Amino acid sequence: MTDASHTEGPMLAADGTPLKQSLARSLRRQKLRALLLIAPLLIFVLFSFIVPIGAMLFRSVENSIVQDTLPLTVEALQSWDEKSGELPPEDVYEAFVRDMVVAVENKQHTRLGTRLNYEETGMSSLFRKSGRKIKKLNPDTDGPFKDKLIDIHDGWGDVKTWQVIKTHSVPITNGYFLNAIDMRRTPDGPQMQPEDKRILVKLFGRTLFMSLVITGACILLAYPVSYLLATLPMRVSNMLMILVLLPFWTSLLVRTSAWKVMLQQQGVINDTLVWLGLVADDARLIIINNQIGTIIAMTHILLPFMILPMYSVMQTIPPSYTRAAKSMGATNWTTFWRIYFPQSIPGIGAGSILVFILAIGYYITPEIVGGTKGVFISNRIAYHISSSLNWGLAAALGTILLAVVLILYWVYDKIVGIDNVKLG
Amino acid sequence: MKPTKFLLSAAAAAITAGAASAEDMTLVSWGGAYQASQQKAYAEPYMEMHPDVNIVWDESSAEAVAKLRAMNEAGNITWDVVDVVASDAIRLCDEGLAMEIDPDTQLAPAPDGTPASEDFGDLLVSDCFIPQIVYSTTFGYRTDLVGDTPPDDICDVFDLEAYPGKRSLEKRPINNMEWALLCDGVPKDEVYDVLATDEGQDRALKKLDTIKDSVVWWSAGADTPQLLADGEVVMGSTYNGRLFSLIEEQKQPVAMLWDAQVFDLDGWIIPAGLSEERKQRALDFIYFATDTQRLADQAKYISYGPARKSSAPLVGKHAELGIDMAPHMPTDPNNAKNTFLYNYEFWADYRDDIDAKFQAWLAQ
Repeated sequence: MTDASHTEGPMLAADGTPLKQSLARSLRRQKLRALLLIAPLLIFVLFSFIVPIGAMLFRSVENSIVQDTLPLTVEALQSWDEKSGELPPEDVYEAFVRDMVVAVENKQHTRLGTRLNYEETGMSSLFRKSGRKIKKLNPDTDGPFKDKLIDIHDGWGDVKTWQVIKTHSVPITNGYFLNAIDMRRTPDGPQMQPEDKRILVKLFGRTLFMSLVITGACILLAYPVSYLLATLPMRVSNMLMILVLLPFWTSLLVRTSAWKVMLQQQGVINDTLVWLGLVADDARLIIINNQIGTIIAMTHILLPFMILPMYSVMQTIPPSYTRAAKSMGATNWTTFWRIYFPQSIPGIGAGSILVFILAIGYYITPEIVGGTKGVFISNRIAYHISSSLNWGLAAALGTILLAVVLILYWVYDKIVGIDNVKLG
Repeated sequence: MKPTKFLLSAAAAAITAGAASAEDMTLVSWGGAYQASQQKAYAEPYMEMHPDVNIVWDESSAEAVAKLRAMNEAGNITWDVVDVVASDAIRLCDEGLAMEIDPDTQLAPAPDGTPASEDFGDLLVSDCFIPQIVYSTTFGYRTDLVGDTPPDDICDVFDLEAYPGKRSLEKRPINNMEWALLCDGVPKDEVYDVLATDEGQDRALKKLDTIKDSVVWWSAGADTPQLLADGEVVMGSTYNGRLFSLIEEQKQPVAMLWDAQVFDLDGWIIPAGLSEERKQRALDFIYFATDTQRLADQAKYISYGPARKSSAPLVGKHAELGIDMAPHMPTDPNNAKNTFLYNYEFWADYRDDIDAKFQAWLAQ
């Protein structure tokens, strides 16, 4: 390099490009290489986690089916006042026949009937039964249609039918979310469901409450076990560890079914209690098919998720601290409460988050041992996914559950501090 | 076999032979003894006739509707023939997820030439549904726990005084609501009219309230047989085939109630959107598997009634136990003195509404 380049131009790298540019390029290359290294994970997370969850979130508001199937009808209904209590005018009926002829051709009408049946009982058969007959009508020559449609099925002469179609014709709806909190869309705005159909809010509450109880029970049971694991000599603690891990490796279904054998009224626990004379034969304990059953079985199943983080945190607590405390005259209790316990809190925090979040989404165990009062909101989600096929409502319920978990996580962060969570 | 059908299947065979390996055909069923009966009566003889076809099973019938919908959305249908209950077939047809079938050209006629549509009769409850069996949901009771006068009336289920102890009922409104109304004095032919009203639904739930504390609710067909075997319940509802194997194969002290049994249908559908080649193969299998002899053969392994009228006289003895199967069929005149047929139309409309009420009632 010459003196001139020093004073006149920018500093150059060996290949003659400005140093700043060259540095930036190599930095970019480095970043790209790093990105390439994590690319498989990133792509995996994107496609297996973010995209499906996004799709699910979207499904909870997506409602284009009405507009797609009945475009002309939806447009014609715009000028009809759904609160007037009168049937829509003839042009709505004509538009409807035009739409239906196409829909029946594409077999879309029964699908729409199923969709609207979630909102108003009877829509499913109304669309299925009318489909074939409406298809025979010629939209250009057979009008007027009002009386003909009412002849085909008197559902078309019911103001409610048209109200439902109009109310649920928006392509992006809050209807599923309203349903998810026991409300519904009506022409007069959101309203509560009738008393005898309100169930979901109750289930949300129950899910949260029981998950908390299960988390609490896990803390109580796991703490002494983890303490023993962390403090006993290696040989013994290894044995104990196997006892902890063995159920962890056993299939969830097997363990749940085993609890059924244990807890039922003619089961092992009741038989033993009767044999010992602690319980009368005709007053056997009911400890399954209710909340107790769910709490017992789920506490057992989730226990390892509490023990393992607690254990790994406790292992890192130096025994010299407690020795120092004792040597300075602290009692056993003071030593534990003021020296040992505060250091083990990160383990409790990590375990609690794990157990709580797993518990809140549990499905199969409550289904098997929960009876009627021990089921969770996930059981309803499963019902709407696989039985009623109301995926929109299932998605809304899932979204709410996700939001609740995130809020609780945030609250936890505010109160305990997420930095205070350790897995070891 | 019709000539066109023969040509097509020959063409399919030629194509698969060209591929030089057996083609997999995925059948979806319920697992357990039921699937085993299909394997023996349909799949094994079919594979013997068509060495180029390899039948694989998927035990997903319980979630078939949801899974087919997901497959359809993903545009990748991996199933060829799916065994579903009739109500699911109706929904699959409604959703456009199942193929429509013309029974007279695509299904075998009876041996005497009666067209399939007549042979199956009114069991063809949907354009997409190919009926296979008639099964029933009915009650079984522990003979040793009911005293000297065994129950013979559906209303004994609601009679806690005469028959104390727990009962198991399915954790859904279907069937339970009908039985409750029936025992609350509603005439049989008015049950669905009453159940269509809010008052009727309340009335049914009120009747169920009288035994609510003594009910164990089941959600899997195997639950009631297990509960009966363990002595957890004195009586319980389940599918008649499950009770048959509990009584005849496992020799448990259990007997059938049969009164007010609810008939339901199970059968095949072919998913919509299969490639032409797979569709023809599926149709060829269906043509074979639902002919008169095959349906009668299935009854050798499980006590469900064949869906064809022409199969009934051919029902013989159990393949292993050697007992006559006819008296164990839900359709046997002795058992079918008082029966219900699942009302598909009604439940397609009211299922979600009443289920919400039923679940809210359960949670109270």
